[in-house]
Amino acid sequence: MTQHAPVFIVLLPLTAALLCMLFSRIHRHLGGWIVLASIAASFASACTVLQQVVASGGKAIHYWMGGWAPPIGIEFVLDPLNSILAVVISFIALVSCLFSRPFLKDEDWIHIGGFYTLFGLLEVGLTGMIITGDMFNLYVYLEIMSLSGYGLIAIGGRKSTLAAFRYLLIGTIGASFYLLGVGYLYSITGTLNMADMAQRIAPLITSPLVAMAVGCFIIGFGIKMALFPLHGWQPDAYTFSHPGAAAFIAGCMSKAPAYALIRFLYFIFRVDNPVVSHALDFIGIMGIAGMLIGSVMALAQYDFRRMLAYSSVAQIGYIAIGVAMGNMYGYIGAVLHIINHAFMKSALFLVIGGIVYRFGEVNLYRLGGLNKKMAISTMTVTFAALSMIGLPPMCGFFSKWYLLLGAYSGKQYFYIVILVISSLLNAIYFFRIIEQMFVEREASLTEIRRPETKLGLPIEMCIPLFVMGIGILALGFMSSSIVTEVIKLGLPEVFLK
Amino acid sequence: MEILNEFLKTKGLYILVMILFFLGVYGMVLSKNYMKKLMAMNVMQVAVIFFYLCFAQKDGAMIPIQNGLTTNPDAYINPLPHGLMLTAIVVSLGTTGVAIALLMRIKEIYGTVEETEVLRRASK
Repeated sequence: MTQHAPVFIVLLPLTAALLCMLFSRIHRHLGGWIVLASIAASFASACTVLQQVVASGGKAIHYWMGGWAPPIGIEFVLDPLNSILAVVISFIALVSCLFSRPFLKDEDWIHIGGFYTLFGLLEVGLTGMIITGDMFNLYVYLEIMSLSGYGLIAIGGRKSTLAAFRYLLIGTIGASFYLLGVGYLYSITGTLNMADMAQRIAPLITSPLVAMAVGCFIIGFGIKMALFPLHGWQPDAYTFSHPGAAAFIAGCMSKAPAYALIRFLYFIFRVDNPVVSHALDFIGIMGIAGMLIGSVMALAQYDFRRMLAYSSVAQIGYIAIGVAMGNMYGYIGAVLHIINHAFMKSALFLVIGGIVYRFGEVNLYRLGGLNKKMAISTMTVTFAALSMIGLPPMCGFFSKWYLLLGAYSGKQYFYIVILVISSLLNAIYFFRIIEQMFVEREASLTEIRRPETKLGLPIEMCIPLFVMGIGILALGFMSSSIVTEVIKLGLPEVFLK
Repeated sequence: MEILNEFLKTKGLYILVMILFFLGVYGMVLSKNYMKKLMAMNVMQVAVIFFYLCFAQKDGAMIPIQNGLTTNPDAYINPLPHGLMLTAIVVSLGTTGVAIALLMRIKEIYGTVEETEVLRRASK
């Protein structure tokens, strides 16, 4: 049974999502429970696989689809890097799937069924993108992720349709660039398997086609992960997406493409050649611009969701400079920041979901005295905000620490200056929220739904909020073991020489 | 003349495909009507499909069906890019379907699919 665990990560949510409508027809809540159970099973399989990988000292697990050996067959490859990301993404999917239930309490079967079908498919796309070992398979998962993402954004309300349509247009350009890049690489190497490609591309690395492919990948994944000049779709999409799914969309949808970029640059092209090091310079410039402009734009917003969306642009900039440093600490910082930012951003969007659920209010300056009404939400928002700023012992501190170490060891000191400036800007706009919630006098908010429990929200929403708040703290305490026991086991070969 | 012929023979097709691709991107960025943007998106996707089909071609090779005459791989064209593009066509069909469904909702909500008009009504 455990040898099939890698495929269950994708297969179970896929089956459940496709059957969800049918079960919802029988009883309107049945489909939702089945998707939730399948995501829980997917999380359990991801944990099993991570445990196996770590126990074997970082040896990658190869799962051949239907027993066909690569490079002819398609394989799932789980090494320490992507198994930990699969665990993180399926965990956030599980938590936000539970959180979304109260939003759909009063809907009819077709809305509930449709929502959970899309939710399940989004989980399939993200985890599939993470664990696949085949380049064209990655494209298919990328499109599954994008199409279900467009759907989840579009059901958010009146304005969300336009946001989803514009994201669809831009996202399709990104996917086409990726497909074009795969075409270039396939035409010179004749393989689509990533491990095989890494070997065959090494003698051809100076070919202009490789440079074209690297450029295409940076544009394609840059659009999907909202890297600075290509982030135009992202604020609207995060702002208007369905409040129950916003945590999952905002937390994870930009992380899988960021992972794919790391996989291509560090594991397939390797960073020790001139083509990729030039590309890294470009990514670094984009990252720096994103960190500064994203933070400044976030300062200017009064809509809580839009502020967090611009803050995401800045945080993706952190990941980008970690990638761009091209040394071991920068790489560790980037991977750690992918994990930490997924947690922090989902926690913050869960809090907003709770506020929208109870009060229907998103204006930052009308949340005064929220600590008296929603104790758990304010606890989570405090942890997440302190972590975003980068105060120890929250998890955000450790990824910034590794980024600083990377900048120092690579003698790229300007990254340190930018990191400090961006952290200060983060501090300004996150302390503004904390001040509103704890210090300002109580604002008069009209309740649109009853709180149901003493904690201010239904129990199905309190558990995720509590888990994510504690998770940020726990991730901070565990970060040294994550780095030494997981990420350092799966370092790219470039750093091992 | 020789050089030109050689150039057109080896690279001409790819240049046409690139022009088609960037024509699609250009249309998506600059046209003011959402339906036209969608059509430009399809042009762009078709250009990528053409690109794959172009590099799969081979002079004097036959379709990949085993006929018992030869087992030399050079005698057949490579079927894999065609197989990949079948998937890409399905994906593009799905994307277009979702896009048209969204466009119908936009038309219902705002009463138009002209970009400037939609943005003006959305900001109200």
